[in-house]
Amino acid sequence: MSFKSESDAKAYWKENLTLMVKLFVIWFVVSFGCGILLVDVLNQIQIGGYKLGFWFAQQGSIYTFVGLIFYYAKKMGELDRKYGVDDE
Amino acid sequence: MELQTLTYIVVGITFAIYIGIAIWARAGSTKEFYVAGGGIHPVANGMATAADWMSAASFISMAGLIAFMGYGGSVFLMGWTGGFVILAMLLAPYLRKYGKFTVPEFIGDRFYSRTARIVAVVCLIICSVTYVIGQMKGIGVAFSRFLEVSYDTGLLVGMCIVFFYAVLGGMKGITYTQIAQYCILILAYTIPAIFISLTLTGNPLPQLGFGSTLSGSDVYLLDRLDQVVTELGFAEYTTSVRLNTVNMFAYTLSLMIGTAGLPHVIIRFFTVPKVKDARSSAGWALVFIAILYTTAPAVAGMARLNLMNTIEPASGENLAYEERPQWFKNWEKTGLLQFEDKNGDGLIQYTANKETNEMVKVDRDIMVLANPEIAQLPNWVIALVAAGGLAAALSTAAGLLLAISSAISHDLLKGVFMPQITEKQELMASRVAMAGAIGLAGYLGFNPPDFAAGTVALAFGLAASSIFPALMMGIFSSRINKEGAIAGMIAGITITLLYVFQHKGIMFVPGTEFLGDMSANWFFGIEPNAFGAIGAVVNFAVAFGVSRMTQEPPQHIQELVEHIRVPSGVEQAQDH
Repeated sequence: MSFKSESDAKAYWKENLTLMVKLFVIWFVVSFGCGILLVDVLNQIQIGGYKLGFWFAQQGSIYTFVGLIFYYAKKMGELDRKYGVDDE
Repeated sequence: MELQTLTYIVVGITFAIYIGIAIWARAGSTKEFYVAGGGIHPVANGMATAADWMSAASFISMAGLIAFMGYGGSVFLMGWTGGFVILAMLLAPYLRKYGKFTVPEFIGDRFYSRTARIVAVVCLIICSVTYVIGQMKGIGVAFSRFLEVSYDTGLLVGMCIVFFYAVLGGMKGITYTQIAQYCILILAYTIPAIFISLTLTGNPLPQLGFGSTLSGSDVYLLDRLDQVVTELGFAEYTTSVRLNTVNMFAYTLSLMIGTAGLPHVIIRFFTVPKVKDARSSAGWALVFIAILYTTAPAVAGMARLNLMNTIEPASGENLAYEERPQWFKNWEKTGLLQFEDKNGDGLIQYTANKETNEMVKVDRDIMVLANPEIAQLPNWVIALVAAGGLAAALSTAAGLLLAISSAISHDLLKGVFMPQITEKQELMASRVAMAGAIGLAGYLGFNPPDFAAGTVALAFGLAASSIFPALMMGIFSSRINKEGAIAGMIAGITITLLYVFQHKGIMFVPGTEFLGDMSANWFFGIEPNAFGAIGAVVNFAVAFGVSRMTQEPPQHIQELVEHIRVPSGVEQAQDH
């Protein structure tokens, strides 16, 4: 199986890239953003015993990463079906 | 029962399980040896990848480093998990679609060049050997404690066991064995953490306990920890940056893209049936990894607090050396923990001040193994941790050795120099290569360049600067040609190696540092362990520039790039 047309292939790839860029923005914000660059600002906020920036660096970013991968896998599954390139 | 006997029994049982599985699934043909027949479920594959991934660096070393680095240790936590996002989105699905055995094979085909393939093999071998040195450090620490011998003797024993273990089974043996290893290592990691969290905070979940108040008081654990360490002159736990913000940024980035460039992890994604399985498999791997990685910072903080409280139960009341606990004496035997009574008062002073500090050596890599003893947990828990540490170190060492041996036998011998060799000879060559790699890494392990996790970080930097950019550009740009890719890989790894060797010695042999008078971390305060990020930038830039100036890739290569972007129509791995 492959794409029905050249334009389908282009559209599929473009949707894939758009989704990736969005998810990489989140990936960057939780780790490099909240965990490193903005850590001092966020540390002013405290949740339980955790300073927020510290929490992002040692806990929050990891939870987000897991969510991102599964979301990507799910969305790409839908995209594959939409363009008829899934392997079922 | 006595601890030592109990440890022998627990470690013995777990080893019997792994070796039993390895024999049961003994690899018959080369195809099975490399990719286990291409038919492993994503959850199972995720679990095996997690075991493969979490090495002595994650299990034995990382929490110990974080315990002394505090917030700065976050680079390991974010770096070694965030890489899976890159892997899942940028590499795994496409490499699975392409469906070859090894990473250099893909690079050789995509860049239509034997030279590219050879350069990739060399990069891969350098990264993997460095990585195995880190594992050897962890194995040496674990065996020295477990057998109550010096570190060097422990390392020798460990080398023999790794040899036996990795040469015997192939990937198939390793995949099933690794599922068993994952179960043991995760239990070994979380059980003591739960115990300690319960004791300190009353909350059984370490991830929550770490942010809770101490039992019987309304002081938060983290606040107490900050207070204890700052009183002795150490940096505040929750805010101590690793060198500087630029360095932390580069360190994290280097580990992330290194994760996505390390061949022994990538090779895992060749073993799932379909492209969509490669995506979800990365997610499952990260779930299993995250269980340990979110527990680790709690283990680190609690271990530090317990250590401080043991040595100085109340401010100004120091522990007498004569009354030191059993774990202290045991670790002294390994040479990894040393005390020197500088002021002759018979008490142990542990401070940030080099002049008065009497804990002259506290090897970071002992913390996780010593942690349950420091917290006075039951003996069976301590024995379990020893078994878990060995499981972590052995599984990764085996996976890496497989990547090294297949690079040499499959890519170099069969692929380039001796295409006519038979399957049997190829298998033989890969076993000889494995033995050689164990010997070399073990030898360099007697003088490791850093703590286990630090050494492994160096390996990641090298992978980040060489393999990852070539793979990513190979998939996402049809314009990058062989000249660009080859120049990029060489430039990236060379600049990283120069920076690392200049600080740490050529191939980490002490005394071979060149430019010795150059100030440490001279490039924007970035340490060698974090330099892979810069190497990767150089790689991308050089590859891009050179490709622009030379001829574009032939038509069939541009079609190949289009082809791997279509998820359907994967051939089974067996067909190759």
